[in-house]
Amino acid sequence: MPETTAVPAGTGRPPDPPAPDGTGAGRRRPAIRLARLRDYALVPAIVVIAIVGQIVNPIFLQSDNLINILQTMSEISLLVLAQTLVLVAGRMDLSLESTFGLAPGVAAWLTVAAGAGHGLGLLPGGWAIPVTLAVGVLAGAVNALFIVRFGLNGFIVTLGMLIVLRGLLTGISGGKTFFNLPPSMTYLGSTVWLGVPASIWICLLLFAGGIVVLGYTRFGRSLYAIGGNVDAAKAAGIRTDRVLWITLIAAGTLAALGGLLLSGRLASVAAGQGDGAIFTVFAAAVIGGVSLNGGKGTVFGAFTGILLLYMIQNVLTLAGVPAQWIEALNGGIILTALAISRLTGGRTQD
Amino acid sequence: MGEFAAASSPPARDGGPVRQDRPVAEAERITKRYGETVALDRAHIAITPGETHALVGRNGAGKSTLVSILTGLQAPDEGEVRFAGAPAPRLADRDAWRRRVACVYQKSTIIPGLTVAENLYLNRHDRNRLGLVGWSNLWRKAAELLEEWSVDVDVRRPAGDLGVEQRQFVEIARALSFGARFIILDEPTAQLDGAAIARLFERMRAMREQGVTFLFISHHLQEVYEICDRVTVFRDARHIVTAPVADLPQGDLVAAMTGEAAGLRERRVRPAIGADVPVVLEARGLTGAGAYHEVDLRVREGEIVGLAGLEGSGKTELAETVVGLRAPAAGVVEVAGRPLKPGSVPDGLAAGVGFVPRDRHHQGLVPLMSIADNATLTVPERLGAAGFLSDRRRDALAGEMIDNLAIKTPGPALPVSGLSGGNQQKVVMARALANDPRLLVLITPTAGVDVRSKEFLLGKVEEVAGQRTAVVIASDELDDLRSCDRVLVMFHGRVVAELAAGWHDHEMVAAMEGVELDA
Repeated sequence: MPETTAVPAGTGRPPDPPAPDGTGAGRRRPAIRLARLRDYALVPAIVVIAIVGQIVNPIFLQSDNLINILQTMSEISLLVLAQTLVLVAGRMDLSLESTFGLAPGVAAWLTVAAGAGHGLGLLPGGWAIPVTLAVGVLAGAVNALFIVRFGLNGFIVTLGMLIVLRGLLTGISGGKTFFNLPPSMTYLGSTVWLGVPASIWICLLLFAGGIVVLGYTRFGRSLYAIGGNVDAAKAAGIRTDRVLWITLIAAGTLAALGGLLLSGRLASVAAGQGDGAIFTVFAAAVIGGVSLNGGKGTVFGAFTGILLLYMIQNVLTLAGVPAQWIEALNGGIILTALAISRLTGGRTQD
Repeated sequence: MGEFAAASSPPARDGGPVRQDRPVAEAERITKRYGETVALDRAHIAITPGETHALVGRNGAGKSTLVSILTGLQAPDEGEVRFAGAPAPRLADRDAWRRRVACVYQKSTIIPGLTVAENLYLNRHDRNRLGLVGWSNLWRKAAELLEEWSVDVDVRRPAGDLGVEQRQFVEIARALSFGARFIILDEPTAQLDGAAIARLFERMRAMREQGVTFLFISHHLQEVYEICDRVTVFRDARHIVTAPVADLPQGDLVAAMTGEAAGLRERRVRPAIGADVPVVLEARGLTGAGAYHEVDLRVREGEIVGLAGLEGSGKTELAETVVGLRAPAAGVVEVAGRPLKPGSVPDGLAAGVGFVPRDRHHQGLVPLMSIADNATLTVPERLGAAGFLSDRRRDALAGEMIDNLAIKTPGPALPVSGLSGGNQQKVVMARALANDPRLLVLITPTAGVDVRSKEFLLGKVEEVAGQRTAVVIASDELDDLRSCDRVLVMFHGRVVAELAAGWHDHEMVAAMEGVELDA
């Protein structure tokens, strides 16, 4: 959040320029703009939901429940983080949800002992994490090859990849679920550090890292430049192709890590792991203020987006809404949130 | 190219005015071909330190190619570029180029989502001890930079909020921050109104005092006379003449550009429009949200009425209301006695309104579609029955239009993005005329087109008016307004004056600026 130090002024409108004597530019302290407030737009909503949740069921604000919310969202939130990087750079990556399943799936396939399900048992259990991350890197690199090197449309490339990677997971698992994962795979998803599950720590650390990278490094700022106006970015000397390669690979890796955390928590890899998650991911990013057209949005905003969605889901569950209805309500909530963010953002959602 | 390096003195230091006789930039015997097309044919130009040098020529004369070679975006096939006597750096060495020359392109290279400060220091952000971007430092430096060049813009605003004028100033300041003291302005005035142009020129003069040299590219010859010291004319990829502007009267300049000793076109005396001629457009009490108030407008058959005014005067909004692009807050628009549905373009088309929108890139054309598709976009009903389109009919109709408007193209199937600016504008015009309009509304119809196309388009407007079409031209371009029978001048949303044909330039400009002339 580079702009947090701006001095608040009630209106949120830029001040009128002073008389054009040329002396004002240096001294004038700018006010917080509506566009900047957009990054925090969901904070009031989160507070409201917290209050509503507490009224609905006093369990809501207890630490167990809060940890429960954070842990449930920690895996998918890594997909949101990955998607945010890609979206800010003006691209999109639909295949993240398949990487989310395939990466731990391949690791399980190679490390789970033969005989127990579909495992091959080719590698010792310690290889599981490196293999998972390597699959993520590879998926990102293939995306980058098609999108950056061959200049193909990112939507259609990653749609193809989504199907291919999903199919690969079905193929290696025979459509079944991998069990008996090696301990290294279940460690991160199930262990507890300082009373809080490790996956929450990892999620928060990575988001903090994302905020720093996008807000405070040249690399991060170049993502905004590329997403905003790629020609101008090139003219400024940014190696746009290289930045996009790195971004897509980082996104694939984050997705793989998210998948690993989920597999660890559930101690299994289902053939359908991550299936359909991409819609929630996009919804969270867009509600959080990330533009589908690139160049706009922050990691913090994306985090509030996914947090809000999961808080609402939790409140609904606590309110005793039947599980069969949660799905439909969830979709409705996403649309409502989009409509609200359109109204508060003031501009057409893009 | 390298042999001269040792012998020549080092280039001038950044900062102070360059005072030496060597041209700050010079291009010699430059030839550049794109396949069959020769874009530049042994062309040359030399810009002396401290001057403001104009480069003029019709579309396709080779100006853009010369700019891209002078800014190091392309290498010439033959010839040499030198800066202050020293050979140009390698193409890959972007930083070296940026220290010598900068260009403010017509197309903005500002990233709208980022703040002004970040745009200024993109990819060269200040970093603190941790290697992270130091935002407060960046803002301070950016503010200092803008202050140094007297650009009054809040550096923390998103650059997308800036107007065209401020954006240009920011781009100029950014160019200067790289150390370049030679700046190419590629049609900087194309999207500015009169007052903004005056401010730009004032700024250019001040910067010239600070030792900045300009190469100024424009289609507006009066601007060349106003701001430039010398002018170079290119035509058909060749250098034609370089002369001090004072030695080159406007007629000679146009002749050099067009290759004809034509001079400026004589305006035919237009027949007077009598009070008994039927009224085509009748607008009463039109008020648009904040843009214009209580405007009455009446245009008769065959009459050309100008709507003059600067950016923000409301003339564009008023014209857009007449054609149905906007709905008025109050008032009615009638075409041939029939009230139009407010804010409905289809209703306007049905009533026989033809329209040339303000900006052909945004509202006028679909760039990847063919000339034929673009020109017939408004008249699908003439291309076939029951919603189906006949390619044959479309191409036949488009062929007529291409002949009628003398559009230079190999055929109707060419995407409009492949045409020059002047020919693109003719396609927009062709579409406006496609439904044989009773009322033709044109907004800045000659923006960004070359002199010849401009003459042609305005001639066409008079021809159409001769066939009893009523015409409204909304523009701040004096040449556009000259053919009008009368001109309504708008200022801050109100009609403040009405000038009959034969007005003097200074009257018109004064009225648009809202100034009373004493003498």
